Amino acid sequence: MTASVSITLKVNGETVSADVPPRMHLADFLRERLALTGTHIGCEHGVCGACSVRLNGEVVRGCLVLAVQADGAEVLTVEGLSDSGEIADLQEAFRNRNALQCGYCTPGMLLTAQELLAQGGVPDRETIREHMSGNYCRCTGYQAIVDAVETTAAARAAARG
Amino acid sequence: MTARNPLTALDRPNSYIGRAVPRPNLTRLLQGRGQYVSDMTLPRMGHVAFVRSPYAHAKILGIDVAEAKAMPGVIAVVTGAELAKVCSPWVGVLSHLKGLKSAPQHAIAVDRACWQGEAVCAVIAETRAQAEDAAERIFVNYEELEPVTDMERALEPDAVVIHPELGDNLAFERNLDAGEVDKAIAEADAVVEADFLFGRHTGVTLEPRAIIADWNPGEGRLTVHQGTQAPHMMQNIIAKHLDLEEAQVRVVCHDVGGSFGIKVHVYADEMAVAALSKLLRRPVKFVADRIESFNTDIHARDHRCKGKIAVKSDGTITAFVIDDITAIGPYSMYPRTSAIEANQVVNLVGGQYTNMNYRARARVVFQNKNVTCQYRAVGHPIACSVTEGLVDLAARAIGMDPAAIRRKNLIPDDAYPTGSASGLKFEALSHHASLDKLLAMMNYDALRAEQAELRKKGIYRGIGLATFIEVTNPSAAFYGVGGARISSQDGVAVRLEATGRIVVQTSITEQGQGSEAITAQVTAHALGVPMERVRVILGDTDNTPYGGGTWASRAAGIGGEAAWQAGKALKANILAVAATILQSSADALDIVNGFVVDKGTDAERLPLEEVARIAYFRPDTLPPGFQSELMVVRHFVPRQYPFAFTNGIQASYLEVDPDTGFVTLLKHWCVEDCGTVINPQLVDEQIRGGIVQGIGPALYEHCRYDENGQLTNASMADYLVPMAAEMPDIEVAHVVSPTLESELGAKGAGEAGTAGAPAAVVNAVNDALAPFDVRITEIPMTPEVILRALGKV
Repeated sequence: MTASVSITLKVNGETVSADVPPRMHLADFLRERLALTGTHIGCEHGVCGACSVRLNGEVVRGCLVLAVQADGAEVLTVEGLSDSGEIADLQEAFRNRNALQCGYCTPGMLLTAQELLAQGGVPDRETIREHMSGNYCRCTGYQAIVDAVETTAAARAAARG
Repeated sequence: MTARNPLTALDRPNSYIGRAVPRPNLTRLLQGRGQYVSDMTLPRMGHVAFVRSPYAHAKILGIDVAEAKAMPGVIAVVTGAELAKVCSPWVGVLSHLKGLKSAPQHAIAVDRACWQGEAVCAVIAETRAQAEDAAERIFVNYEELEPVTDMERALEPDAVVIHPELGDNLAFERNLDAGEVDKAIAEADAVVEADFLFGRHTGVTLEPRAIIADWNPGEGRLTVHQGTQAPHMMQNIIAKHLDLEEAQVRVVCHDVGGSFGIKVHVYADEMAVAALSKLLRRPVKFVADRIESFNTDIHARDHRCKGKIAVKSDGTITAFVIDDITAIGPYSMYPRTSAIEANQVVNLVGGQYTNMNYRARARVVFQNKNVTCQYRAVGHPIACSVTEGLVDLAARAIGMDPAAIRRKNLIPDDAYPTGSASGLKFEALSHHASLDKLLAMMNYDALRAEQAELRKKGIYRGIGLATFIEVTNPSAAFYGVGGARISSQDGVAVRLEATGRIVVQTSITEQGQGSEAITAQVTAHALGVPMERVRVILGDTDNTPYGGGTWASRAAGIGGEAAWQAGKALKANILAVAATILQSSADALDIVNGFVVDKGTDAERLPLEEVARIAYFRPDTLPPGFQSELMVVRHFVPRQYPFAFTNGIQASYLEVDPDTGFVTLLKHWCVEDCGTVINPQLVDEQIRGGIVQGIGPALYEHCRYDENGQLTNASMADYLVPMAAEMPDIEVAHVVSPTLESELGAKGAGEAGTAGAPAAVVNAVNDALAPFDVRITEIPMTPEVILRALGKV
């Protein structure tokens, strides 16, 4: 076995230090070491998007980043985004539109949608579909998700005036 | 959204039935604060990794576990033979599927592996990574056996018989001959035949199968945390095969990351986990990784069906004939069996039409591939694709419009009650109203004109129609009569708490459909309380009434009615207490918005919390001999009809590029009739999700095996599924024909989308390619399949 590596990173605003095996990926680290189980694991080969987290401001697949690569980084998970209120309107739109059924893809969907919404403007449905096309949902057929993202974009644009 | 609702005026408070209220359980899921089994950790929990057979068919000559046992973190290494002492084998048969046979299946293979991916040894370690490390050091000595992979080859006299004691590889056969098929064919103006091919596909639930079994030797009790649709069924099965009393097993179902029928079955590796926990006297966790999911989650479909239709020149359909063959892997799944799908195909073909001349044969065969079993819309996509594919071919043969031939033959809306050639009983369906509504919604004539215009420019668009019937609200006829201990009845307990809040315990389960929401809606509506005051408990054999769970589109229709009846009964009991307190009569009182009110004027008399306070804390102030009963239980099971059939029709509009074989989905429509709609948004989303799950196998999804029984695309990168960018917007509408078997009148809606979507898409592709005179009857219709049909590859 390869020796553990010490890492220190900021997760949802809290500084965390840990010794991790070099092979442990970030999603496992968040789930198993920090009990932040909102980051879900669907495929562990970077396809499904359920493990999406924000790493230094960019949405990445938690299963394709090693925990050691996150040393010194800032990580935001769905729990952190929920507590800060950053995506409260998006979550409300998902709730009202029933844009989730089993909820397993949802954290990844929210992170990915917020990335698009943060670019500003009101993207058309095709743009939303294209942006969300790396996130797998088996329940909804995607339309409700597209609707919820579109509604949030329009509301944010209206609020900006 | 809903056409009518017989139960309520929507302007009353607490009128939740028919309203698109959001699901109460969404907030925690939206914050990533749900609890899926894969999220859970218990003290002293061991993690299991399975060594799985790399061969489709092989004798296990020996297993060398010495090195693995010495690996870091390893708690135990257990072979099939060792586990067989703790867990007895099972045989997946049901007595009402006459002649169905299968062989004993063990939790872990004992001396022979029968498909690539079957578990042959288990390693339990402190972490999953350690268990996987150790699993790599287990050396299994296999003797490869000849695999049986092709379903037709499996039936040839010289084929290897997978289970020699069964005599051959034919698990089940059913024949049906109704009416006068030969005469009809002889007298027909056109007879069209086609061979339909349905690829194997699978559920790909985003959360893989997950289970934690926790044997407490002190209590003599096994608690199983499992992503399952049927906790009471699992309780029974686990107890039976671990030699425990049912009372010694508790099954708890938390949040489930997708199911669709995948998680309603008894999986050998999950039984192994339960047995390992008992053997090791500690909690054991197993979460399938994605490769394990592809190799061991049940697969579905895999049918070859020869179909024939006879038609008169005026469009009257005079006969259907099918000869279906399906391969199910090496064992019939337990306890629901793998013969149900073929049986459904026989039942359903042509069931929407008036024709009564019908001949069918279905054969179910063993092979050395992963097991297949019931997956969303069991049998329906096969039956619908064959029926509706044949109807389109017949229409083409006599030069009739696809909508017109359907209108000519669909059972009239005033013909009910009636039945089908195969003996199905229909209480009330609405094929014609649905067809009319669909054609208006999609603007059929304008779309045909647009299609014709574009064709002149070399753009090939197609319109595909697919009518369907769907089995919902199954009675005991599905499993119980065949000897399976699977409840067809569901129960709901509802109580008034001392705070005036309502707690509901139901035997139906939640995997995202909205079971919790509709239970809260129906109960709140029945009682007259705000929905926020209702808390629903489900998925726990210790804490819910006994019942079936959520599968076969039964939760709303059966569990919903139980909730309705329980809510009404509790209301009567609350009013009895209130009448005593108010020295009034229960008949003169009502409950509105959480208050006891005077009936008629709605003048508030007592809040429910005051009724509860007196009943619980000051019963001494109530008259002598009066006993309040503020908790009631009601059960419901349909008795008059074996199934509450629903109906509907879908349409697909798409474009095919004849140079590349690519299909672009432009739009999809569905009109369906599930009776009373409890929550229109949830129903529509079930339809949409179901449609996309039907589009998947029509265009993309395929478990591709090679001739040696090796699954060649067991990863999400290689097994394609519908993604957001390729899916169309889907318009959904309803016709409402409530079932009179229940007061609520609700039928199921979970599978209608999946039932009809493949046929609609296939028919649309064939319609698009009509100028090239090709017909495609094979799914998935990959670009390669389309280009082959066009003669371009």
